[in-house]
Amino acid sequence: MIGAIQGLGRRTLDGLRGLGEAVLLMLRILRAAPEVVRRPRLLIEQLYVVGVLSLVIILVSALFVGLVLGLQGYYTLVDFGAEDAVGTMVALTLVRELGPVVTALLFAGRAGSSLTAEVGLMKATEQLSSMEMMAVDPERRILAPRFFAALLAVPLLAAIFSAVGVFGGYLVSVGMIGIDAGAYWSNMQNAVTVQDDILNGAIKSVVFGFLAGWIALHKGYMATPTSSGVSRATTMGVVHTSLAVLGLDFLLTALMFG
Amino acid sequence: MDTARSVKGEAMEAAENRDEMLARVRGLCVRRGGRSIFDGVDLDIRRGQVTAIMGPSGTGKTTLLRVLGGQLRPQAGEVHVLGEAVPQLSRAELYALRRRMGVLFQSGALFTHLSVFENVAFPIREHARLPEPLVETLVLLKLEAVGLRGARDLMPAELSGGMARRVALARAIALDPALMMYDEPFAGQDPITMGVLIDLIRRLNDALGLTSVVVSHDVHETFAIADYVYVLADGAVIAEGTPAQLNASEAASVRQFVDARPDGPVPFHYPARSLADELTGGRGS
Repeated sequence: MIGAIQGLGRRTLDGLRGLGEAVLLMLRILRAAPEVVRRPRLLIEQLYVVGVLSLVIILVSALFVGLVLGLQGYYTLVDFGAEDAVGTMVALTLVRELGPVVTALLFAGRAGSSLTAEVGLMKATEQLSSMEMMAVDPERRILAPRFFAALLAVPLLAAIFSAVGVFGGYLVSVGMIGIDAGAYWSNMQNAVTVQDDILNGAIKSVVFGFLAGWIALHKGYMATPTSSGVSRATTMGVVHTSLAVLGLDFLLTALMFG
Repeated sequence: MDTARSVKGEAMEAAENRDEMLARVRGLCVRRGGRSIFDGVDLDIRRGQVTAIMGPSGTGKTTLLRVLGGQLRPQAGEVHVLGEAVPQLSRAELYALRRRMGVLFQSGALFTHLSVFENVAFPIREHARLPEPLVETLVLLKLEAVGLRGARDLMPAELSGGMARRVALARAIALDPALMMYDEPFAGQDPITMGVLIDLIRRLNDALGLTSVVVSHDVHETFAIADYVYVLADGAVIAEGTPAQLNASEAASVRQFVDARPDGPVPFHYPARSLADELTGGRGS
C-alpha cells in the first residue's frame, strides 16, 4: 500500500517536473523569436519541410473528408427537405471543427513525428552537443525556427484543408447528387460569418499549431539518446499531441460557441 | 622586508603559474545518478602542450571533458578554463568561452544534412559575418589541413569513419580555438587512420599554437603524442607524469593499464556473489 502511494507520488512529481521543463523550454524558444525574425532563411527552410511537404496528405485528406461530409450531409438533410443546406453544414463543420482538428492530427503524424525524430536523433548522435560546444545554442538555432514554422504552418494548412473540403462537398452534392450550385454557395455565404466561425476556427488552428510544435520538439529534445528512446519519444509525441488537440478542442468549442 | 619580498615572489610565481596553465581543476566532485564519478580530482592543463586523460572505460574521462566545456556542472570543486571559472559562468558567458574551445566528439557528430564543406563552414557562418569568398577560403584551408579538400562536396553518409573524424576535426578548428579537446579520437579506427590522426593532433597543436586535451584509452597512440598524462580510476587521479615516467612506473594500477593486463586492481569480474553460490542457489558449502 505504502509502495503504491510512493509510486503514485513519484509519477506525479515526475509528471510535474516534465511539465515544468516543457514550459521553461517553451519560454526559451519564445525568447528566441527575434533571432528567427533576423534570420528568415531558417524559418523558410522549416516552413517548406513541415508545411509544403505536408500539403499532399492535407489536400488528399481534405478532399475525402469534404466528399464524405457532402454525402452524409445530404443523406441526413434530405429527410427534412433541407438538402439545400448541405453547403452550410459542410462549411461550418470544416471551418469550426474538422479543419483545425484534422489538420492538427495529420500534422502531428506527418510533420510532428518527423520533428521529434530529427531532434531526438540529433541529440543521440551528439549533433546538439557539438553545436553547444561550437557556441551555437541549439534551442535558438534548431528548435526555435521549427517551432515558429509549425505555428505558422498549421493555420495555413487548416485554411487549405477547409477550402478543399468545401470543394469536395461541392463535388459530391452538386456534381454527383445534383443539388443547385447557387443554393450550395449562397446558403453557405449567409450562414458562415468571419467573426464567429472563421476567426474562431483560425484561433483554434493557431493554438493547435502551438501545441503540435511544442510537444513534438520537447519530446525530441528530452528524448533518451538511444534508438529506443527516440522511437518512444516519437510515438509519445504523436499520442500526446493528438490527445491535447482533442481535449483542448472541446474546451475551446465550449468557450467560443457556448 | 624579507617577508614582503617572499609574499611578492609567491604572488609572481602564482601569476606565472596561471599564465602557464590554460585550465586548472581543483577538488572536482561529480556525482550522477547517486554514483560518484569524481571525488576530489586535481589536474592542470599546461598551455601549448598535449595533455592526455587516460584510464579504463567508465572512469569518467568524457565526463571530464563535459565539465571543462561547461556542459556538466560539478557538485563541488573549482574548474578554471582560459581564466574563467566555468561552473560560475552565465549562459552567455559560457557560450562566449566556448568560442575559444574546439571539441572533436567520438562520433564526429557531423550534421548529417550538410555537406563536408557546409559542416566546416557552419561555425564560421554562425559567428563571423564574412563575405562568401573568404568563408570558402577559410573552409578550404581547414580541409587542406586535414587532407580532405577533395572531399568538400561529399555528404557525411559518404565518408568513412576516419574521414568523418577528420572533417569533424577541421570543423572543430574552424574558429582557431585556444583549447582543443579530443574525445576518444582513435576509437574504432584502422591503423592507417590512427596514424593520420596521431600525426594531425600533434601537428595541429604545434603549428596552430593550440593546447590539446586528449581523452583516450589507447596507450601506445596517446603516449606517442602526449606531453603529460593523467591516469584516472575510481574517481581519482591514480598517476600522472610524462609518458616516459608512466612507462617506468611500478604502481600496480598503472602497470595494469599500460601493459593491458586483464586482471589487477581493476578486476576482470563485475562485482557479484561467488559463482558457487550463484549456481547452487546459496546451498553450496
